[in-house]
Parts: sequence; C-alpha cells; structure tokens
Amino acid sequence: MAIYPIEEKSRLGSNRTLAARVAALWPRAHRYDHTLLGWLTLIAFFALWELAPALGLVKPLFISSPSRIFKAALWLAERGLWRDIQVSAQEFGIGFGLAVIIGVPLGMLLGWNTPLRAMFNPLISAFHATPRVALLPLLILWLGIGISSKIAIVFLGSIFPILITVMAGMRTLDENLLKCARSFGANDRQIFLTLALPSTVPFIIAGMRLAVGRALIGVVVGELVASTAGIGHMMSIASATFQTDKVFVGILILASAGYSLTELLTWIEAHFERWRPQK
Amino acid sequence: MAKLEIHNLSVEYTLKRTNQSVLALQAVDLTVQNGEFVAIVGPSGCGKTTLLNLVAGLWPITQGKIHLNGRPVQGPGNDRAMVFQTPALLPWRTVQANVGYGLTLQGYSRLETQARTQRFIELVGLAGFEESYPHELSGGMQQRANLARALAVEPALLLLDEPLSAVDAQTREILQIELQRIWLATRHSALYVTHQIDEAIFLADKVVVMATRPGRIQAVIAVDLPRPRPLSIKRHPAFIALSEQIWQLLQRDVSFPRMEH
Ligand SMILES: Nc1ncnc2c1ncn2[C@@H]1O[C@H](COP(=O)(O)OP(=O)(O)O)[C@@H](O)[C@H]1O
Ligand SMILES: [Mg+2]
Repeated sequence: MAIYPIEEKSRLGSNRTLAARVAALWPRAHRYDHTLLGWLTLIAFFALWELAPALGLVKPLFISSPSRIFKAALWLAERGLWRDIQVSAQEFGIGFGLAVIIGVPLGMLLGWNTPLRAMFNPLISAFHATPRVALLPLLILWLGIGISSKIAIVFLGSIFPILITVMAGMRTLDENLLKCARSFGANDRQIFLTLALPSTVPFIIAGMRLAVGRALIGVVVGELVASTAGIGHMMSIASATFQTDKVFVGILILASAGYSLTELLTWIEAHFERWRPQK
Repeated sequence: MAKLEIHNLSVEYTLKRTNQSVLALQAVDLTVQNGEFVAIVGPSGCGKTTLLNLVAGLWPITQGKIHLNGRPVQGPGNDRAMVFQTPALLPWRTVQANVGYGLTLQGYSRLETQARTQRFIELVGLAGFEESYPHELSGGMQQRANLARALAVEPALLLLDEPLSAVDAQTREILQIELQRIWLATRHSALYVTHQIDEAIFLADKVVVMATRPGRIQAVIAVDLPRPRPLSIKRHPAFIALSEQIWQLLQRDVSFPRMEH
C-alpha cells in the first residue's frame, strides 16, 4: 500500500490567480478571440489596400489593389502560373529536402564527434558567414540558368542554418542524464538514440525554420538573376514591363508559402514537444 | 543481494587548468554486507560522490580495489544502480517510460519492462502518475520516480547520492519513512550518501563518518535500533546519543561548518 505523499496536495489545491481561473473557464473562446483578432487585422489591411487607390490616394500603378491582384492571378492561372509555381516549388523542395536530409545527420555527427567538429568547424563558419547569393554567378556558370543552379543555391542557403543549430543542439546534452544512462550501462548507440536524438529535436526544427526563409530567398533571387521559369522569373518579367499587379501575385504566393511552411513546422514542433510545460 | 568490499581505495584528481592534484579519497576501506544499509555522512568535498562514482563504475580505479560479490568492479554493470541527487529524469519521457529506462537500456523485453515498471511505480507510491511528465511532478515525486528507475533493474547494490537533499524538510521526512518502507520490502544492499546526521541514523544499519582533506573514513558506527523505525525514534535517547557522537566526530574536522545557537 502506498502512503499518499503530502507534497502532492498542493498540486490539487488551487492557488492560481483569478485571471488564470477565468481564462480556464473559457479556454476555447479565449483562443478563438485571438485568432479572430488576427484575421480582423488582416481583413482591415486588405480593405485599406483596396480603398486607398480607389479614393485616389495612391496610384494603382505603384500599389495595385487586392481586386486587381485577384484578376491578374486569374489571368495568369490560364497562362502558365501553375507551371511557374511548379518550377519554384520543385527548386525549393529538392534544395530544402537535400539540406534537411544531409544537414541533420551531418550536424549530429559533427556535434557528437569532437575531432570531426574541430576539422570542419572553421570551414562551416566561413561558409555560413558568406552571403550565399554571392555564389550565384558562379553557380550559374557551372550549372546553367535552369533549375539546377536554383536547387544548388536553395541547398546552400538552407543547409548551414540546419547544420549549425543541430551541431549546437547535440552539444547541449545534459551531463546528469548522460551520467545516468552510463550508470545503467548504456553504450554509445543507446545514448545517441535515447538522449542525443530526442534532445536535439527542437534544434532540428529551429534550424529548419531558419532555413525556410533562406531557401525562399534562394528561390527568388536565383530566379530574378537568371532563369527560364518560376515565380521569380514571372515577377522579373512583370516588373520590367510595369505590370505591378502580377508582381504582387508573385509576392503574395511567396508570402503565403513562407507563412504556411513556418506554421507547418510550428505544428510539427508542438507534436514533438507535447512533454514541455504548457504556456 | 551482494557483498561490497572496498579495499585501500585512493583517488587523486588532477585539475587540468592548474595541473594541481587533489587527494579526494585516501586509503578507504569499507564493507557492505548482504542486505545491509550503510549510510555515509561527511562535509561536502570529502569525496562521497567520488566514492559512489567509483563503486558505480563511472570513474576508473587507479589505486586500491572494489569487489562486488567477489568480482572486481570494472565499469558500470547490471548489478548496481544509482539514484542521483538531481532526479536526472528524461524530460520528454513519461514517468512510466522513465522508470523503464534502465530496463530498456539493459535489453529487457517490452513485456518484462512493462510488468516491472508497473510494480515499482506502485512500490514508490506513484500509481496514477504513470502518464505524467517529470515537469508535472513535485520534487519529491521526481525523486520517487528516480528511485523506482534504479529499483526496477533489481540491482544487487543500490547507490544513493544525497537523494533527498533537494526536497523541503517536510517532504524529506515523509520520504525517509518511504525509503525505509521500500527498503524493508526489497532488502537491497544499499550505500546511501547524505548530509544529514539524523537521516543517516534513521535509515542505516551502520553510519560511515568521513573527514575531508584528504577524504577518508573517520569512524564506522553501528546503529542497533529496531525496525521499522517510526519518525518519533529521532527523539529517543539512544538516537540522540548516536547523533551526538557523530556530531562530535564531524566537529573535529576543521572544515565542517560549526553551528551556533
Ligand atoms: N571531476 C573532478 N575533477 C577534479 N576534482 C574533482 C572532481 N570531482 C570532485 N573533485 C574534487 O574532489 C573532492 C571530492 O568531491 P566529491 O566527491 O564531489 O565530494 P562530496 O560528494 O563529498 O561533496 C572535492 O574537493 C572536489 O572539488
Ligand atoms: Mg556530492
């Protein structure tokens, strides 16, 4: 029979603040309120955007308007917009995917193995400090103006944030946990699988989140500089011919892509981090 | 059950930065009989953790010998388990998965792990908290989980390094009673490090009093009080006499902070 520990009582007793108790009564309403507020701001923003040129406050040539952008998107949809989206998505997907597939294990290996880290750290830091876009002329020279040079720039843009955060993550291993695992006779493989890997997950996701932004920059800048297709390609042609509406279509596509990918990562993170104290 | 024999054990640390060496343990001789509960008290820095680390096989033995059941200790083994001062629970694992951690590492089947985990969770009084995460537990409950994890591998010798030093005084007394109950149920040989004299006497069959600089054993004092011992035994004259005796020994050690009243 277990004696009921006294210290648990304080957990059952309620000494929360009034605000916390009120919030607990309507947790859902509370959350929906916040989502709603966010959407309202967004709607207000678009309404203002629509009104400003309509009232003659700004020239539509400069800022376009949501309705014009919508029309331009429909027009483009029938004239190769899908193809452009496909090409850009492919560049992003392959480049970013390769960066994750290579960056995560490599970062773990380098974080785990001190001599290897000593060997490669200066090289990685130097690469990380170089603006990757500066390599673009070289990549185009090597790989041409097709999709390969863009995949390469996306890859180079996103692998370093992943590599560096994962390496740092591997090195935050809690000494006490390590000692505990060793005392149970854990071997290196078990320590890797049961300690290093789980404690590195948040770092992997943080690295990927940083990398999403870098990868999108790679796609756009790569396509703006030299390309045959893609969102950036479409935007650069539209811009050269003063078709502001079409440029905005590109911007909005990129913005929603970046936003959705970041949200997706937040969702994945929440899934892996269920054990953390809820805020 | 096991018999631990430590013979002429000395440990010297070399500080990398200054290249100075510190004699952490000097010529330590100690025996823990089968099923015996031995407590070690001593000022901080006298080498208590060092001693446990060596017995656990977490630190190499360079001078002297440690034998467990007649076999020399070389590295960690399934016959020993350690309860750490900080609970050292894996924060992303539930209580259940934490208690089963040692068993998983030692290659027990999933079924066996599950059965034993449940048994020891119940033994330490954590039934109903199997699915909780460590951060959802109080310090005392975390230590219960920490203890269950060590017990679950059914070690011949249990090593405990100040397991109650991080909990408040009231919880500490409750856990002292609990530790005694659990020990009476399992009868492990145990080597228990503590800072507190009353805790050592309350729990142990014998108390090892250490001194510092260099870390060494001053005296070994037998505790012949009947079990199970109620907390009120701490006010018994025999108990008070023992604690006075140990107090005097510790006072002789200059570096032990004196208490004024
Ligand atoms: N890894 C280490 N390297 C160098 N010195 C150490 C190390 N661990 C402990 N010491 C020193 O050895 C002595 C004993 O330490 P420790 O065993 O932790 O004592 P206790 O647990 O009794 O407080 C202390 O002086 C401490 O500073
Ligand atoms: Mg210590």
